[in-house]
Amino acid sequence: MTDQIAAQDRKRWLSLLATADEGQLAQLWQDSGRAPAFRWLRTPEAGGVMVRGRAGGTGAPFNLGEMTVTRCSLALENGTVGHGYVQGRSKAKAEIAAKVDALMQTDCSEDLRAQILNPLADAQHKARTTRAAKAAATKVEFFTLVRGED
Amino acid sequence: MYVAVKGGERAIENAHAWLAEERRGDTSIAELSLEQIREQLSLAVNRVMAEGSLFDPDLAALAIKQARGDLIEAIFLIRAYRTTLPRFGATQPIETGDMACDRRISATFKDAPGGQVLGPTFDYTHRLLDFKLAADGEVPEAEMGTPRTEATPHITEFLKDEDIIQTEAASDETPGDLTREPLEFPATRPLRLQSLTRGDEGFILGMAYSTQRGYARNHAFVGELRIGKCPVEMEIPELGFAIEIGEIEVTECETVNQFKGSKTEPPQFTRGYGLVFGQSERKSIAMALVDRALRWKELGEDNLGAAAQDEEFVLSHSDNIQATGFLEHIKLPHYVDFQSELELVRKLRREAAELAETLAAREAAE
Repeated sequence: MTDQIAAQDRKRWLSLLATADEGQLAQLWQDSGRAPAFRWLRTPEAGGVMVRGRAGGTGAPFNLGEMTVTRCSLALENGTVGHGYVQGRSKAKAEIAAKVDALMQTDCSEDLRAQILNPLADAQHKARTTRAAKAAATKVEFFTLVRGED
Repeated sequence: MYVAVKGGERAIENAHAWLAEERRGDTSIAELSLEQIREQLSLAVNRVMAEGSLFDPDLAALAIKQARGDLIEAIFLIRAYRTTLPRFGATQPIETGDMACDRRISATFKDAPGGQVLGPTFDYTHRLLDFKLAADGEVPEAEMGTPRTEATPHITEFLKDEDIIQTEAASDETPGDLTREPLEFPATRPLRLQSLTRGDEGFILGMAYSTQRGYARNHAFVGELRIGKCPVEMEIPELGFAIEIGEIEVTECETVNQFKGSKTEPPQFTRGYGLVFGQSERKSIAMALVDRALRWKELGEDNLGAAAQDEEFVLSHSDNIQATGFLEHIKLPHYVDFQSELELVRKLRREAAELAETLAAREAAE
């Protein structure tokens, strides 16, 4: 059960890191002042993944097209392994993501959550809410004109 | 006989140097940045991503700049780049029902749950040139409403309960990939959809229009059109679970088509489907119409001999990179081919002249 919760939590932060704004992530990382010693298990490489959709939205899968992704893996001195999988072609972003992933599995996870993950989540939430609010303003409010014949 | 001809290196080099200069244009005018292209020509960027079949707005912006705004050339650059990328795997199918919708309209259900949300649309504009844009204009901020927090359900879901619309058979079958194996006919629907979504917008539009004008007419309504961002999840082998590896903007169109029933199917509404990278509304609607036309066989409809029903015709001619490659290669040197044709035509003319002379001589003798 705890493993499952831990996996859920890890999934959440990895997803957050993958879609984070690179500039903001780099700034937050720099501000956190961390520079852990590590060795590469897999140096950052850019590649593509095939994105799939479903026919009719719910039917059989089909290949929609690719998107760029950069990945890397590293190990801290204590052996903790971190993976970075981020959208786009930034090796620097993948490296930060892998370091944060590794450190989130150590004692400093609560500090990192406050310094990096929470601000990223706030920024994403704000961006999404702003778009949703603009969309909501374009929602059509229908009104019916009452006609003469009864 | 094959004759290799060398030469022209300097001419080619100089032509490319001049191309670079022409691309830059008048240097007293500020150079375009990739950010400007990405942010301000975003629909061109979307088209290059969709037909280049690679979602990466920065790369698409670079390709547009390099191609001097020639979108097919830009798509060519993206396709070429794409082949250099190692393939890390395939994602789980995106859940368009979870889309954060910027736009969501239905032409069939006025009171659809979630409402008619217009989004940043050209619809209802007067299509008059706006000369304010020629000056540096300040843009007023968009109005804000109360943001919707729950997901917006697909409209076809409501019709499904009544069994009045054909359902999509759920499946987790791995789809064929035409970037890996050459397309063969008859093609499966997943392969047709892959081919249509990366096909040329103009071609798909023309095919769709032909169905509306009566060639394999299938009475399409836009049941739903939605544009927005969807999370993309992929299973990561090192982790043993799926994470969100990104977020992409897509346009989805579902058509609802009148259907009187056939030998195999009861009278019910049928569906066509369009899903395209980016905000690509015209392409997505067109894709849905062509998808529906190509489904005639599985729905037991008659083949009316219309171009849009002929999958070999549609799928073999929809790719603008294949098309432009074959079309444009005829401008490259064909000196030897042409030389042999020239010899042949000269010979035929010579023979025809000789024959005429012989005949004239015979006539004179008689």
